[in-house]
Amino acid sequence: MKTFSLLTLAFWLLAVLVAHYAGQAPNHIDLDAILQWPSARHWLGTDDLGRDILARVIHGVEVSFLVTVVVTAVTMLIGISIGVFAGYHGGRLDQVLMQITSIFLAFPGILLAIAFAAVLGAGINNLILALCLTGWVTYARLSRGQTLVLRERLHVLAAESLGASAWRVMLRHILPLLISILLVEAAYSMASVMIAEASLSFLGLGIQAPEASWGAMLRDAVRFMLVAPHYVLAVGLCMMSLILAINLGGDVLRDKLDVRSEMQL
Amino acid sequence: MRSWGAIIKRIATVLPVVFGVLCLTFALLHMVPGDPVDVMLGESASPADRFALKAQLGLDQPVLAQFGHYLLNLLHGDFGVSIHTQTPITQLLVQAYPATLILAVTALSIGLLVGIPLGIWSALKAGHWQDVMVTLVSIRLAAMPAFWLGPVLMLVFAVWLGWLPVSGMDNAASILLPALTLGLGLSAILTRMTRTSLLEVLNEDYIRTARAKGLSERRVLLKHALRAALLPMVTIVGLQMGSLLAGAVITETIFSWNGIGRLLVDSIEKRDYPVTQACVLVVALSYVLINQATDIAYRWLDPRTRNAR
Repeated sequence: MKTFSLLTLAFWLLAVLVAHYAGQAPNHIDLDAILQWPSARHWLGTDDLGRDILARVIHGVEVSFLVTVVVTAVTMLIGISIGVFAGYHGGRLDQVLMQITSIFLAFPGILLAIAFAAVLGAGINNLILALCLTGWVTYARLSRGQTLVLRERLHVLAAESLGASAWRVMLRHILPLLISILLVEAAYSMASVMIAEASLSFLGLGIQAPEASWGAMLRDAVRFMLVAPHYVLAVGLCMMSLILAINLGGDVLRDKLDVRSEMQL
Repeated sequence: MRSWGAIIKRIATVLPVVFGVLCLTFALLHMVPGDPVDVMLGESASPADRFALKAQLGLDQPVLAQFGHYLLNLLHGDFGVSIHTQTPITQLLVQAYPATLILAVTALSIGLLVGIPLGIWSALKAGHWQDVMVTLVSIRLAAMPAFWLGPVLMLVFAVWLGWLPVSGMDNAASILLPALTLGLGLSAILTRMTRTSLLEVLNEDYIRTARAKGLSERRVLLKHALRAALLPMVTIVGLQMGSLLAGAVITETIFSWNGIGRLLVDSIEKRDYPVTQACVLVVALSYVLINQATDIAYRWLDPRTRNAR
């Protein structure tokens, strides 16, 4: 399990790097070779414009990685700041912030991201913005809950009575203790950000043609499913392997960092 | 008597959330970059048309007045009019909502009927090859998003085997593929949850007592273990209904199922923002209601929380 996860992640990272430097042409159109089955020349076949599916899948991973890393970093930063601040200071501010998070959590799954992406317009920047606008809530909730507990710990009381400022307590005495839980959460949520990005692109709300993305490729692939089933299978299997690897990576991280989770998948 | 008070208290805490949801959906139209009227009508629209649409959407009024009208109309069940077809949105919702509801309930049934028995079996065979197999399959299924599982099911059952219709909603069998797409992912999650929950319960002291009493293994399982193990599932099923509703957006698009999800995606493509707003609002409100209902149900079912506080 562990090796599978690491190998798959390493494989995709390597593929992205190799493709980047070898100058693969994901957007090269060849109308004499449309919807071809896998062959020695095109390992995963070609799409409806004769473009190499493998090159496009690898380019799609690159875009997907970029979106996932940016969104995870931004949402973590915003979510943790809000959560720790609210949890440490408590009072009215905490109530208001938590009320806001409950409103965001009232929208199931990626519905809110779909709504934001719809009104903001398509494109990779708006896609990232829409995912960031909705993604910070889980981190805020989680870090607030942890902070509430950590605030009562003896070492925090000691630091406070020695005159440490609120900022110092939050940054030096609380944050380091909740970072492992948040890292595990981040590992799992990276998979869901990846799925969300693909979902939005699938609906035509994310990355725009001719730029390759898994969601958009699947959308095209479904249209040509009757004549070229290899297209939808190839893209889907690649995506599944990566999502699975990230989820298993999260499991490994959870066991390593010894975070108790309640019945997480 | 006391539980009624708890229920009323619950409803009181939900109201601010509902109000927030209304604010956020109202704000959606105002988040459109530039002038929403330009985006909806395109640049070639005549000034008269633009003026008319602006008045129809109330965008020529101050924001607070707009919000007041929005809330007042919603209270009357009036979601406005589709810009594209000029049909009242309420009518569109009334047509689409039952379809989504049927799809979600069917998917939920599939999820429960497959997931819980598999989870029980997996827990009883914990450590054996059957358990390993179930775990491997369910982890893989859970990693399959709807927009990939859907096409695969379509390819296998509709195109290659020809057993089920590809898409649309012409006959009763049409519901099977979209419901399987949503339900199988759910069943994978429920399998894992049931397994973990049951294994935890089987380690409890009272199970050992029941066994020591000489009860048959069947009775221990049915009367003692399962009751406690399946209780947390009520909450999980409630939460999963949310992802079913959101997943329905994509599944309905793939299978041309005329529900709220398809309506939403169509409205986005046509830039019919009032319809988009209405769909988002209806799905979010359903989700809030389902969560509250499961919460109340859980309190009612679990004797430990019934009299707590």
